[in-house]
Amino acid sequence: MTTQRTSSAPPAVRSLPVKQLLLTLVGWSIALIIFFPILWMVLTGFKTEAAAIADPSFIFSPTLESYQAVQARSGYARFAMNSVVVAFGSTFLALLIAIPSAYAMAFLPTKRTKGTLLWMLSTKMLPPVGVLVPIYLIFRDVGLLDTRTGLIIIYTLMNLPIVVWMLYTFFKDMPKDILEAGRMDGASTFQEVFFLLLPLTLPGIASTGLLSVILSWNEAFWSLNLTSSKAAPLTAYIASFSSPEGLFWAKLSAASTMAIAPILILGWMTQKQMVRGLTFGAVK
Amino acid sequence: MNKTRASGRTVGGLRTLTLQAPAVTLLLLWMIVPLGMTIWFSFQRYNLLMPDMTGFAGLENYEYLLTDPALWSAMGTTLLLVGWVLAITVVGGTLLAVLFQQEFAGRGIARVLAISPFFVMPTVSALVWKNMMMHPSNGVLAWLAESLGLPALDWFSSLPLTSIIIIVSWQWLPFALLILLTAMQSLDEDQVEAARMDGAGPIAIFFFITLPHLKRAISVVIMIEMIFLLTIFAEIFVTTSGGPGLATTNLAYLIYIRALLDFDVGIASAGGVIAIILANVVAIFLVRMVAKNLED
Repeated sequence: MTTQRTSSAPPAVRSLPVKQLLLTLVGWSIALIIFFPILWMVLTGFKTEAAAIADPSFIFSPTLESYQAVQARSGYARFAMNSVVVAFGSTFLALLIAIPSAYAMAFLPTKRTKGTLLWMLSTKMLPPVGVLVPIYLIFRDVGLLDTRTGLIIIYTLMNLPIVVWMLYTFFKDMPKDILEAGRMDGASTFQEVFFLLLPLTLPGIASTGLLSVILSWNEAFWSLNLTSSKAAPLTAYIASFSSPEGLFWAKLSAASTMAIAPILILGWMTQKQMVRGLTFGAVK
Repeated sequence: MNKTRASGRTVGGLRTLTLQAPAVTLLLLWMIVPLGMTIWFSFQRYNLLMPDMTGFAGLENYEYLLTDPALWSAMGTTLLLVGWVLAITVVGGTLLAVLFQQEFAGRGIARVLAISPFFVMPTVSALVWKNMMMHPSNGVLAWLAESLGLPALDWFSSLPLTSIIIIVSWQWLPFALLILLTAMQSLDEDQVEAARMDGAGPIAIFFFITLPHLKRAISVVIMIEMIFLLTIFAEIFVTTSGGPGLATTNLAYLIYIRALLDFDVGIASAGGVIAIILANVVAIFLVRMVAKNLED
């Protein structure tokens, strides 16, 4: 059937499938090369330790051994819990603080609004290493070292500018008439925000929240420097595999797979908004 | 009508202030308190291991740092790391964006696979590369080299900085791709078609239409990556710990060594101030550019 079609087609069209095939081949090869370390990690997680360090092979009998081992090490669940609490806690706080601010900027702009937005953005330019020492000392003195609360505070502040900015972008896209109508009907600011703005911009708020969760989940600098055992999230837990005694590839892979899977999936789902959030809407 | 609007605006101004107060206050504290302390400590003699040695140090800490070869080596490493990763990710990202913009079977899934490394936490990607990819005897790269009859490479001892550059590029190439791909979607297809009709080849189209179109997106990628790359930490922490020697110690890692391993708050703070100055030189450009985009 294919031969029939190609033989009857004019030359221009006939070259198309070849180009298509080539593009498909090149595109998929590059995508798979880039994805390979992740794929390899996932596969290694299902191998035995012996198979993990043997010559690379795609053919092996999968086992859940490593997952069970990681699960059994009572630590894992606690680290995962720390990640969940810290990522969602800081996201919740950041949204709570950012929503009124973004609302005000989008719907009640003043001459200073643009300046405030830019200034907020500029706090992102403060390199963490530049303020590591004072934060460490403050945390030590008030007892926030190695606590979830400490990390939540840091991550909230770290993500606040991006969260405000993203919400502002989403709120600004909303038609003003709806809010105005609500105001005419005598809604208070609180009612306006909770019963009109939030339900209507839920998708935007959700993707802002997810971006904040992703950034907090993957953050490593503060978690490595401010936590040790009690409050360490998964980033710090995985780093503990870098010690020589932790060189069990299958277990490392299983733990890593569990650590990145939820965020990878969130990342896939929110990639478009991620661009917007990370570039502050400068690229459309 | 006009009157209520006008009065509504002044009330709005006041409301704006109250509504913004929490976010603004917190960020102001977040900026001023640690920054002020860093600057203050940088002029103090303050070593947690030597509690008796205190007092105003003047420029001593800066003098010590600026005459310490480690700082200059760390600055060089920082710039090499930033420079190489930027070059690789921007050039690679642009080419990949053009490729993944073409229609081919399963393009959506291929795209998703290609951007995935960006969502992997830095400690995981560093460990996976260190152990499973670059391991001198059991790594995939060693196996590949041996299958091709080449000697296996001990990546982290023979090419330490290159290894870090590869790992960091792997993480940030997807970021560049993601941003540039998004920018590609607003490329005017009619213009490309018109150029093609006029006999422009793919290379001419790339250089005269695609690249100029991507200019803004590329500058955004460069600026944002710079902010993050200037303070790369986790990747170095879990792979080489800054070594061998100082081969992979960047500014961020040097400050970490001084602060949390040597406990020298004064010198670490002076290093922090230098890092802040370096980042702000970059930031000025970024804020200017975003400000310009806001006007549009």
